[in-house]
Amino acid sequence: MPVLIFIDQSEGQVKKASIEAICYGVAVAEQTGDTAEGVILGKVTDDIAALGKYGLQKIHHVDNEALNHFDAQVFTGAIAQVIDAIKSKVIIFSNNADGKHIAPRLSVKLKAGLVTGAVALPDTTNGFVVKKTVFSGKAFANIAINTDIKIIALNPNSYEITARGDAKAEILSFSAQVGATKVRVTGVNKVKGEVPLSEADIVVSGGRGLRGPENWGMIEELAKLLGAATACSRPVADAHWRPHHEHVGQTGLAIAPNLYIAIGISGAIQHLAGVNRSKTIVVINKDPEAPFFKAADYGIVGDAFEIVPKIIEEVKKLKGVA
Amino acid sequence: MKILVCISKSPDTTAKIAFTDNNTKFATDGVQWIINPYDEWYALVRAIELKEKDASTVIHLVTVGAADADPIIRKALALGGDEAIRVNADTNDSYFIATQIAEVAKQGGYDLVFTGKETIDFNGSSIGGMVAECLEAPYIALAIKFEVEGSKATVTREIEGGEEECEVNLPAVISCQKGMAEARIPNMRGIMAARTRPLKVVEPVAADHLTAVVNFELPPAKAGVKLVPADNPAELVRLLHEEAKVI
Ligand SMILES: Cc1cc2nc3c(=O)[nH]c(=O)nc-3n(C[C@H](O)[C@H](O)[C@H](O)COP(=O)(O)OP(=O)(O)OC[C@H]3O[C@@H](n4cnc5c(N)ncnc54)[C@H](O)[C@@H]3O)c2cc1C
Repeated sequence: MPVLIFIDQSEGQVKKASIEAICYGVAVAEQTGDTAEGVILGKVTDDIAALGKYGLQKIHHVDNEALNHFDAQVFTGAIAQVIDAIKSKVIIFSNNADGKHIAPRLSVKLKAGLVTGAVALPDTTNGFVVKKTVFSGKAFANIAINTDIKIIALNPNSYEITARGDAKAEILSFSAQVGATKVRVTGVNKVKGEVPLSEADIVVSGGRGLRGPENWGMIEELAKLLGAATACSRPVADAHWRPHHEHVGQTGLAIAPNLYIAIGISGAIQHLAGVNRSKTIVVINKDPEAPFFKAADYGIVGDAFEIVPKIIEEVKKLKGVA
Repeated sequence: MKILVCISKSPDTTAKIAFTDNNTKFATDGVQWIINPYDEWYALVRAIELKEKDASTVIHLVTVGAADADPIIRKALALGGDEAIRVNADTNDSYFIATQIAEVAKQGGYDLVFTGKETIDFNGSSIGGMVAECLEAPYIALAIKFEVEGSKATVTREIEGGEEECEVNLPAVISCQKGMAEARIPNMRGIMAARTRPLKVVEPVAADHLTAVVNFELPPAKAGVKLVPADNPAELVRLLHEEAKVI
């Protein structure tokens, strides 16, 4: 009974969050003594057989015109048929935008218990218990799934991606009965060349201490040098200094990058809630009493307008950029 | 148009997070309760904005919870909404909760069901999708814009690194987040009027619990910050490169 991983793609390219889900699913399969297989829907341009290097043995590809645009209901129907055909008992999603659409629907359709926001491998020593974030990152809950089929949606940036050799996955074409879509996608607007915040390894974030949108040049420059995404505190997004989707925190996006650099952000409890799962936190703030220092790994007390340009110079030296 | 807005009670964002009973229960002592911000700021307020544009719009609120949720649903009514329904049940499992909401939705024949994108306590982000599947209705999550004309809605949702715009026929279920609505605070008139608006309490339908909380954990405390002098940013870059190995 293979563990089945939903491989999410965008314009034919597999998302990084799904590679993480694959690595997680492969590890779950090892734990339960099963194999790991994937399911991918719609037209694909990536070399998906290469995903075998992460330990996937087979990929069920449902290539149907109706699946080229996202409709959670139709996707759920197609995935359910694959699950039924291969008799999978554990299904893994990334808890990303598409995962948040499909996993809950599938949970009802299959009457399968779902844990979203998982951050660790399940404990299968006594039942099937999954650790997830709760209280917006301020705590974790261990949740037992008490149904025959189990669904897990893994939080992005929660599980390490590791290749295990150079095996190829076997691609199997799967023909599913695909229902009529009720959702018509009329436009996609992607910021080209930018790292999506939810998937970014490094995030450079600015707060009200930066005084105005005109001062974001240095934030963007530092982010670009580091291959990072940019983020901001809530008042910054509320004031329209930065776009809404950059707002992180309890009422914005919760992120868990390897490195979070907070510049001119006080570190209010609601802000920390969305970023405190970052592996390393750097705080630059002129106020030594700023609460953010308590949650930080590294810090500089000082004026961002003096310090950030110097950091940019140092990073350039490190990266060998003139 | 009839809109059902799902309202959840959640601890205030500054509430101390601690657990009792061998870490199996959230310690509610001294905790202030609020309407889950996503439900209030985006789902409910967007519904109110739609009603302001089209006065024939009817807004019903639903919550699943015990009697201690009444003040929260009353507060939501004070913001706007014609009547509220509380399903008198515990809230330990998403599937159980969604089944209750779906039942209310079926009985009421709504064109739209709005939820917040997630609750700030359980962070499940799954009630909307589950309700949609129960109703066999389309579901669009993480909506940042919503317009409706007749039986067709235009929705913009957030995707990784961008936005997607789509059209959907009603009935539909939508989960709402930042961008959906303008901020507003309840006014005195609303608060007075809410007192006379009905709050119906109904008993739950039979439904299974598919999951159960085993216990809670707090994250390990940080070791403490390593401060680098302001005149030596090179040292910070060195530490990030050589010690933390993150750049
Ligand atoms: C229900 C609720 C939900 C909320 N949700 C969120 C959320 O999701 N995300 C969020 O971010 N906030 C949220 N907030 C708001 C939060 O409480 C704070 O108000 C907000 O995070 C503060 O943003 P800030 O740190 O950018 O601004 P401030 O608190 O104004 O801090 C600015 C900081 O910049 C520093 N500074 C000033 N000048 C300089 C300089 N030249 N160099 C270096 N440092 C400088 C100051 O010392 C200060 O620490 C929420 C609040 C509520 C009530």
